[in-house]
Amino acid sequence: MSAGHAHKLYRHGHSPVHALPPHCKIAAVLCFVLAVVATPRTAVWTFALYALLLAAVAAAARVPAAFLLKRLLVEVPFVAFAVLMPFVATGPRVHILGTALSEPGLWGAWNILAKGTLGVAASVLLAATTDLRGLLLGLQRLRMPPLLVQIASFMIRYGDVIADELRRMRVARLSRGFEARGVRHWGVLAKTAGALFIRSYERGERVHLAMVSRGYTGTLPVPDAAAATGAQWTRAAALPAAALAVCLLGWTL
Amino acid sequence: MHVPDGFIDAPVSAATGVLAAAAVAVSLRGARRELGGPEAHAGLGAERTAPLAGLVAAFIFAVQMLNFPVAAGTSGHLLGGALAAILVGPYTGVLCVSVVLLMQAVLFADGGLTALGVNITDMAVVTTVVAYGIFRGLVKALPRGRRAVTAAAFVAAVISVPAAAVAFTGLYALGGTTHVPIGTVFAAMTGVHVLIGIGEAAITALTVGAVLAVRPDLVYGARGLAKPLQLRTSPLAGPVAGAGEPGSGPSAAPGAGPRPAGARRSARRVWLAGVAVALVCAGGVSYYASTSPDGLEKVAQDQGIDAKAEEHAAKDSPLADYSVKDIADPRISGGLAGVIGVGATLAVGTGVFVVVRRRRGAARGDADTDTAAEATTEAGSAAGTGTTVGDAPAPPRHTPESA
Repeated sequence: MSAGHAHKLYRHGHSPVHALPPHCKIAAVLCFVLAVVATPRTAVWTFALYALLLAAVAAAARVPAAFLLKRLLVEVPFVAFAVLMPFVATGPRVHILGTALSEPGLWGAWNILAKGTLGVAASVLLAATTDLRGLLLGLQRLRMPPLLVQIASFMIRYGDVIADELRRMRVARLSRGFEARGVRHWGVLAKTAGALFIRSYERGERVHLAMVSRGYTGTLPVPDAAAATGAQWTRAAALPAAALAVCLLGWTL
Repeated sequence: MHVPDGFIDAPVSAATGVLAAAAVAVSLRGARRELGGPEAHAGLGAERTAPLAGLVAAFIFAVQMLNFPVAAGTSGHLLGGALAAILVGPYTGVLCVSVVLLMQAVLFADGGLTALGVNITDMAVVTTVVAYGIFRGLVKALPRGRRAVTAAAFVAAVISVPAAAVAFTGLYALGGTTHVPIGTVFAAMTGVHVLIGIGEAAITALTVGAVLAVRPDLVYGARGLAKPLQLRTSPLAGPVAGAGEPGSGPSAAPGAGPRPAGARRSARRVWLAGVAVALVCAGGVSYYASTSPDGLEKVAQDQGIDAKAEEHAAKDSPLADYSVKDIADPRISGGLAGVIGVGATLAVGTGVFVVVRRRRGAARGDADTDTAAEATTEAGSAAGTGTTVGDAPAPPRHTPESA
């Protein structure tokens, strides 16, 4: 249940990016996103450089472009928000194709689209090259409270179990001829949610008892993964260092 | 509504990050108390936190996938902040929603990494705390009962979602990267989220009601509202539990006494009722019985089988053809014949029964004395058989064979 328990975004591979220790990768992605967010939005060319950097990482990780682009769809709700911005924002107006658009609004939309997309792309690359266990161990090595890491790992491990339970309930509803079509059917769906909560909570109690009977006292032993070497840190730092350079260039030029 | 990177500027993101970290740290401590169970106050049970909070987080994660159709093909899903707060308590609620948001950001790239603080503050902290505060206040103010809890859950959820929208507007006013008039943001966010909040509230209230109906003890917000369970000892519990269990040992002995008496009484009552019904049927109701031949006679007549049938040997008896010979009134005649028939059948049947019983009782007489000690631990029905064989033969009694 733990080993090889991959999440949806993970792509198994043996590239240099896959081989880096997880906590190095998490730190690198976080620094990269910080650099991107700190870049002034008027320096349009810097964002092209950031995209090139990410493309280089994707190539090194052998993650296909189609995979990356498909995962960017997560962002769509905020794209809609960004498209609205030029219409509602205040400030001097520019006329494009006969409509008066707010200039700060256009910049704002560009800002959100560019930075949001780069952030999502970086996160997708991290998730695609790091398996679940690695991510959780990495977070723990980065001083996230162990209890929080445990809760997250339980959530991830049992997330699929609970989702499958929900799916089975849906199949059961369908096979009894029930199909929710409107507000009138919310009662049935809410009962499903209630039953799901009770099953989840009771499963939690069973899991706890099973763990206690195997000697669990509230802490999980952390496998002593070898600390990252200097070379690994250097390799992981390549991305944020380059991003920082681009960011500084964006401010000065 | 996961905020992406670059939506809120760096200082506000950092400040909300610190706020979110503090909230999660406080929640970690509080969740231990909430999930610790009855041993929590003794410092035990803290190790329950991780599995239970993890499973609740998995539940929130899964329930966000449950689609609620609204109308015309559109559908919404639960956000879960208010639901988590009411079901598992405010601290655990904040903790679980925060973990869900963290995992969504890291694993599914849903919501920016640098906007994590904004997302947690907005969706986990504000929603949960507002919902629980309102819920708790309403539950205290309203009269006790399941309906009040459901109503309080509705109001709490319906306010918590626009409250998150208002909090988001506030954050945007502080650190928005684009100068959209705050009034516009406020109107748009609040307007949309009031609608979302109504759906969220309806589902939350229905879900809380569903859990309350099955496991009221699991609803954290309704703890202390249920009446404590009372242990009541029923006077019937003794004899019923004590009788008939071969392994129950000496405790069966006091219960064994009244049982055979009750059985005998009820058997006699059944016997008397049966005789009465038989007499009524034979004496009164039989007059209204069909006078046409029964099925076999009818077929025999149709097929000519009965052509050779001889008259019955007893055709000259005083009761032939179900009537008494010398009584003219057909009603009294038929009824009297029936009553006499019932009496005769009863006499013959009882006589056969008595003879059989007496013979069996004689054969078993010696064995009875040997096994008397064991018989007392048997079902009470065996107790009286040795002595009561002779009298009142009619009611069928429990015998050791039948016990």
